[in-house]
Amino acid sequence: MLRVENLCTHFHSKGKTIRAVDGVSLSVDRGEILGLVGESGCGKSTLSRTIMQLIPPTSGKIFLEDRDLSGLTPKEIRRERLNFQMVFQDPYASLNPRMTVFSALAEALRRRHPNLAKDDLSREVGTLMEKVGLAARFMKKYPHEFSGGQRQRIAIARALAPEPRLIIADEPVSALDVSIQSQIINLLMNLVRELDLTMLFISHDLSVVHYIADRIAVMQQGRLVEIGSADQVMHEPEHDYTKTLLEAIPRVAEHI
Amino acid sequence: MTDPVINPSGKLLLRPEDIEQGTSLWKDAWHRLRKNRMAVASLIILILITVLSIFGPMVMPYEYQDQNQGLGATPPLQAGAHLFGTDELGRDLLTRTLHGGRVSLGVGLIATLTALIIGVTYGAVSGYLGGRTDVVMMRIVDILYAIPFTIFVIVLMSVFDRDIKLLFLAIGAVEWLTMARIVRAQVLSLSKQEFVEAALSLGLHRVTIIFRYLIPNVLGPVIVYTTLTIPAVMLFESILSFLGLGVQAPMSSWGSLIKDGSEKMDVYPWLLLFPAMFFSATLFCLNFLGDGLRDALDPKSSKD
Amino acid sequence: MLEVTDLRTYFHTRAGIVRAVDGVSFSVEKGQTIGIVGESGCGKSVTCYSLLGLIPTPPGRIEGGRAMLGEEDLLSASEATMRKIRGKRISMIFQDPMTSLNPYLRISTQLIEPLLIHERMEKKTALHRAIEALEEVGIPDASERIRSYPHEFSGGMRQRVMIAMALITKPEILIADEPTTALDVTVQKQILDLIKTRQQTLGTAVIFITHDLAVVSNVCDHVYVMYAGKVVESAPTTDLFSAPEHPYTRALQRSIPAIQEKGEPLYTIEGLPPDLTKPMDGCHFAPRCEFATEECQTVAPTLQSAGEHHETSCTRRQRGEIDLIH
Repeated sequence: MLRVENLCTHFHSKGKTIRAVDGVSLSVDRGEILGLVGESGCGKSTLSRTIMQLIPPTSGKIFLEDRDLSGLTPKEIRRERLNFQMVFQDPYASLNPRMTVFSALAEALRRRHPNLAKDDLSREVGTLMEKVGLAARFMKKYPHEFSGGQRQRIAIARALAPEPRLIIADEPVSALDVSIQSQIINLLMNLVRELDLTMLFISHDLSVVHYIADRIAVMQQGRLVEIGSADQVMHEPEHDYTKTLLEAIPRVAEHI
Repeated sequence: MTDPVINPSGKLLLRPEDIEQGTSLWKDAWHRLRKNRMAVASLIILILITVLSIFGPMVMPYEYQDQNQGLGATPPLQAGAHLFGTDELGRDLLTRTLHGGRVSLGVGLIATLTALIIGVTYGAVSGYLGGRTDVVMMRIVDILYAIPFTIFVIVLMSVFDRDIKLLFLAIGAVEWLTMARIVRAQVLSLSKQEFVEAALSLGLHRVTIIFRYLIPNVLGPVIVYTTLTIPAVMLFESILSFLGLGVQAPMSSWGSLIKDGSEKMDVYPWLLLFPAMFFSATLFCLNFLGDGLRDALDPKSSKD
Repeated sequence: MLEVTDLRTYFHTRAGIVRAVDGVSFSVEKGQTIGIVGESGCGKSVTCYSLLGLIPTPPGRIEGGRAMLGEEDLLSASEATMRKIRGKRISMIFQDPMTSLNPYLRISTQLIEPLLIHERMEKKTALHRAIEALEEVGIPDASERIRSYPHEFSGGMRQRVMIAMALITKPEILIADEPTTALDVTVQKQILDLIKTRQQTLGTAVIFITHDLAVVSNVCDHVYVMYAGKVVESAPTTDLFSAPEHPYTRALQRSIPAIQEKGEPLYTIEGLPPDLTKPMDGCHFAPRCEFATEECQTVAPTLQSAGEHHETSCTRRQRGEIDLIH
């Protein structure tokens, strides 16, 4: 489904080269959830934005369903983008505060189906909202009238609207409260199953990633240091860095 | 939408009457502004002054240049319909004040509008394109900033024929610099926001992103700055008129009337009093309104 | 040492009165660490800001209650008294150390300030003491680094500086408001360990405000769980995790992915916390509680004993009608 080969994204700042992503290769199979873990500054967000074509790669190749994205013209990229969508960390920043839920979702739906009639549009928007657990009667409301968890649902609905095949979720629950976090995790997992999606789930929280992902990739300073099945990485980590990460997680379990 | 929306599976999704209308940030701001008594009072006074300035001269029995030699320098309420009295040449002061309002407000509005159009476009483009384009565009602004602006306008006014239209444009052409900087800074921080990345991910065109995502979100600070630019421009016009470089007799502006009045304020105090009252009331109101708008448009700064 | 009874802090906003903290009581002893846990908007931070007199008034107002620090009631103390207490007897560290450090002043200037003000120390002695304080929180080359500016430190190091600053006057109480939330897990562990060791050396009481149950279980002796402005459960940490006595506490614990079996759907608390501007008759958690009856919706619950040092506000649990362990 998604294949990344030897991807490098470097930034130049004040004469220094920052190797944010430094030779990453990975692949995600259809229907799979790959968890990407790392601490702040490890390059996981740069990696996701490079895959999303929001930042141009310095070198390396990105394949989506065996189609090389690096050779495309800007216009082709804009078309191709519909196939992979992103859910962002901060639901307060990821929605345009001046657009109603309806106009945000309608805009996203029209990208895939430019000729949708107005009546069909409100039906589609309504269905989409119900799918992510929001009542359709709120479609004329603005983002600021929703709570953080509800906004994240709107953001997920927007990502689903163009019928993508790959979803990149960049820390989608780390800005949310525990009780809301579990609602969103369940929603994402159900959607992946129901719609046969593929997901790259990025988080700093190993326990969340272990719960949601089939395989886990651990990233440190722009490189992948370990990749393996979720249980293997969690219970029999090979790389020292993974072990350090695991040891640092505060666990409630000690008391039970 | 008038018909109920039905799911493909036949289930009723929602009835149009159930849809809850949202409150946009604009509506929200308007509600907040209406609660601000000072701002509302200022708005009403401003509208009043504007309406008077536009229509007043039409219904007045005198023209602003009409001289009545017999009634030179009459104090207020002393002769005929000369409510504010007359000046030394027997011209009706009320008519001249209202006519002066036309010119002063006109200068304020048109110059600010010029600044607005140039500034917003320039700033948005510079901020959104970023990189080298941004650097070059902003250095140009810096250079223009460095030109002593009063002298620039004075030279302009003395080289060309003290044309009033030129005055509008000259002030506007200088005032846009700050506007461009404000918009550019806003756009720069906005374009790093996740919702712009989300719009890019949808494959939206850059033009759409600028108009649907960026401009509506910078409008708040722009409106506030605009309301505060108008009085600055009017003040500048009055300084030019005071220096004798602005509006030329027999035309009047508040600035030129204040200048004339101040020269004779020992003997004919009303000549200074009335235009100055109108002028300062307008400036006060614009500033209060601007402050009110800032509080209303930026909920974080308001107290709740 | 500090005894808070029936603290009520309301915010009078355009939308109505927000009962952010509505009758909260707790106490902390010398050398003890208590945790105040809850989700955003539950009132945990407002509680501590009220103690320090840091609530913006208006719109905020302390409507009632007492907070006795020894003989002094913090809620009715004058601003002059509070200035002597803040930073001397009670210190605070925050989630983002950058917001409480002045970016334009050297660390040294900011570290010695409380010593000059509260202890009337000589500048030279104070500087010496400040370097020691930095060494105590594990900053290498303290005598060199003390001349740096805040931005020259990494996030974790900055939090260490904050801790050094908060503890330099040897306060009786340290309030830590989400001190590790913005940090990476590996750094988080170091900071938690540091707070623990410093506390043991100095005998400081710590009030730990956090949303993270895992953090609480590792550092606190006693935990107060807050929901929608009220304490719903208070228990020694071990008891809270082994035998929760309130449905909300239990639900929170079950929502943490780490405890769940992989593959089964994650336990969720449906719905959203209530709107605090609307007065509620019954238990605030009732609308989201799987055990709630009609009575829960209408009759206001009270905290009652459910074991040694253990209190719950759940009426049904108090009567033994529900089982929360299985």
